[in-house]
Amino acid sequence: MTVALVATAIVVLALLGELLMPWADRQLDARRNRKRAAGERIPGYDPGRERRAEQKARELLRSCVNDEEWAMYRDLGFLRVWGGRAGGPEAGQDFGGAPYAYLIYPHKPIVAYLPQTRQLLNEYCVEFPDETRPYGSARLPDSDDVLAKWMALKADETRLISAANMHLPGRQVDPKQVARDLWRLSQWERERLALERRQAAPKT
Amino acid sequence: MRPGYGEQVIAEGDVEVAEEHEALVTEFRRQLDAGMWAAVPTVSRAGRREAQMVQAFDQIPRDTDRVIFFPRAAGGAR
Repeated sequence: MTVALVATAIVVLALLGELLMPWADRQLDARRNRKRAAGERIPGYDPGRERRAEQKARELLRSCVNDEEWAMYRDLGFLRVWGGRAGGPEAGQDFGGAPYAYLIYPHKPIVAYLPQTRQLLNEYCVEFPDETRPYGSARLPDSDDVLAKWMALKADETRLISAANMHLPGRQVDPKQVARDLWRLSQWERERLALERRQAAPKT
Repeated sequence: MRPGYGEQVIAEGDVEVAEEHEALVTEFRRQLDAGMWAAVPTVSRAGRREAQMVQAFDQIPRDTDRVIFFPRAAGGAR
């Protein structure tokens, strides 16, 4: 009788062990993961810190671009950079020598267009991800993103365009928005030119 | 340039001073090894603001006062 009870108890314990071991493993794993996450805690989003970073980024941008470009970004929220390749942004294109340019928006694709006709050519989607994610985000401040695109386009247009994902216009940036921005840019340039003429005119 | 920081000074020194030159070269290499791009803002003779990418320390113009490191470009959303 005793032997039978002991044998039954052993069987019951073995079955319980089979049932409980995976549960115990899961509990231990979860505990380990919680401890690891607590040790590697990434600071959360802090609006004040992001605002300070953006202010510094604007100062840096201002110190790198010329006065007209800075005023354009300050007033309109984007930069225009003239293209420097003979045939256009893409190999095999030929616009008969017409100049082309890019619109640089913060954290949006670069838009290539023909200023004479305002025809949109392509969108170039490019990012500058910081994989170390110092504050849990890979995104640069807005003005740093614009400056990175500006420097890369100015210094090595071919390299940046090659690194980007090219799309037809309208994929991410609304063509109506771009058309409005190009109109705003033309108005802005006209006003700026008029102001310069008034300032340069001899006073009577 | 880094997320959450904006501009951040990572090294300063005088290239004419041997120890500081060495420290600047070491930091420059460390940044490039970490996958950053390096650019130098320049001003052309006509006064135009330009930029120059540099891949080696000796490519940095001697008269420049700063090198800007920023994350390498990658294709964005598909």
